[in-house]
Amino acid sequence: MSQSYNRGLVEDFGRWKEFSAGMWAWIFHKFTGWVLVGYLFTHIAVLSTAIPAQQGEMVTNSAGEQVDVYTNTLTLLESTFVVRLLEVGLLAVAVFHILNGIRLLLVDLGIGLESQDKTFYASLVLTGAIVIASVPTFMAGIGGA
Amino acid sequence: MSTQVPETETEAETEAEPAGESHQERRMADKAARREYRESEKKAEAELRAAEESVHLKVFRYDPEVEDKQEPRFDDFYVPYTKGMTVLDALMYARDHYDSSLTFRHSCRQAVCGSDAMFVNGRQRLCCKTQLSEMAEPVRIEPLPHQDVVKDLVVDMEHFYDQMHAVEPYFQSEDVPTEEQRQSRENREKIKMSTRCIWCGACMSSCNIAAGDNEYLGPAAINKAYRFYMDEREDEEELKEHRLRILEQEHGVWRCQTQFSCTEVCPKDIPLTEHIQELKREAVKNNLKFW
Ligand code: HEM
Ligand code: SF4
Ligand code: FES
Repeated sequence: MSQSYNRGLVEDFGRWKEFSAGMWAWIFHKFTGWVLVGYLFTHIAVLSTAIPAQQGEMVTNSAGEQVDVYTNTLTLLESTFVVRLLEVGLLAVAVFHILNGIRLLLVDLGIGLESQDKTFYASLVLTGAIVIASVPTFMAGIGGA
Repeated sequence: MSTQVPETETEAETEAEPAGESHQERRMADKAARREYRESEKKAEAELRAAEESVHLKVFRYDPEVEDKQEPRFDDFYVPYTKGMTVLDALMYARDHYDSSLTFRHSCRQAVCGSDAMFVNGRQRLCCKTQLSEMAEPVRIEPLPHQDVVKDLVVDMEHFYDQMHAVEPYFQSEDVPTEEQRQSRENREKIKMSTRCIWCGACMSSCNIAAGDNEYLGPAAINKAYRFYMDEREDEEELKEHRLRILEQEHGVWRCQTQFSCTEVCPKDIPLTEHIQELKREAVKNNLKFW
């Protein structure tokens, strides 16, 4: 679409307040989908340290002990607050993607199209509930807990 | 729906003058028109003062052919509010009393002709079907997004019409029927909603996919195809195949990502997403024949 001049905020994200439920569901679904793809690669990178560990490669950890590379990587990551926070975020993203994914599959089957906005809100609320419930588990042994 | 008859229709024709008139006559006519216009403006002022309520409109203005309108801007109009007034009524009042160059399409004023879909307060709406009382002020009126603006609130609908025609919206049976072609009640119910389309273009304008993919058929055209595909009176297998082939092409039904934007804005409440999804399933059924 060629437009010879600036039509202001008509097509802009600046109009996000005017987006409808279905539009938000679409945006969140795309976003969470790509975050999951991004996580997949990070996950592979982290797990890859298990290969040298298998061959007996050892490193010295912060306490001066000799541990294998894989154990070292994981204990290091799991002791960081930011990583724990990211894990909660990952859960949120995954749960939303799965719940909304089920909603989309139902939409593809032509089931409940009249209440598509309600099912979107339901997946948001359910995601929120599951994430909050998971916080104690994820934060165990770090910070206040 | 707009049921009011506008009180004043004093639109003076200043442009279309018959050729051959003397300069003098033309000037006189111009002057008369201007006088008439000043009067209607005065009348509007009086009406505005007398009215209990007035409505503030912010209207998009743009005209590539007029120098000081080449830069798009918003004009403010204050219109006396009367009960039952629609957005279209307000626009007509503004045009008839303040600025006769304010340009927009309208005709039936009762949601039948489909000419006045616009972007009102951030949403595609049919102006004659939109009550002013339901709009937050100032009422911001813009031309349909994702279509080229010709002038003010008028957009170029050519592409939309092309897409509508691309699905071949007519019966194509070769044989001339020998008797009355009857349709079962069930079949009528099935296609009923899809026949309601008034070609307003609101759905296409709201669709984020259509905005990014110019070749996408768009919700209205797919709905139009649904209306013919599902009609039992055209029952030849080849024709059904033919229609499906148009629909399942690269820029057909599969572009739809079920954002529901079209269904939200359709002034005739056509379940567009539902129809698109049903055609997707038809396409799959037709191509996967395990049974
Ligand atoms: C039970 C788990 C999952 C379900 C039910 C699910 C469901 C879906 C569905 C139905 C769509 C299509 C959305 C549409 O129609 O526009 C989709 C898109 C997508 N999914 Fe998932 N998904 C799941 C897991 C994942 C995982 C683990 C990843 C990443 C590795 C992922 C990445 C994506 C991406 C990137 C898209 C967007 C594709 C595009 O741009 O069109 N999904 N998902
Ligand atoms: S389907 Fe609805 S929104 Fe789209 S052109 Fe037809 S009447 Fe307008
Ligand atoms: S003027 Fe005809 S649909 Fe609004």
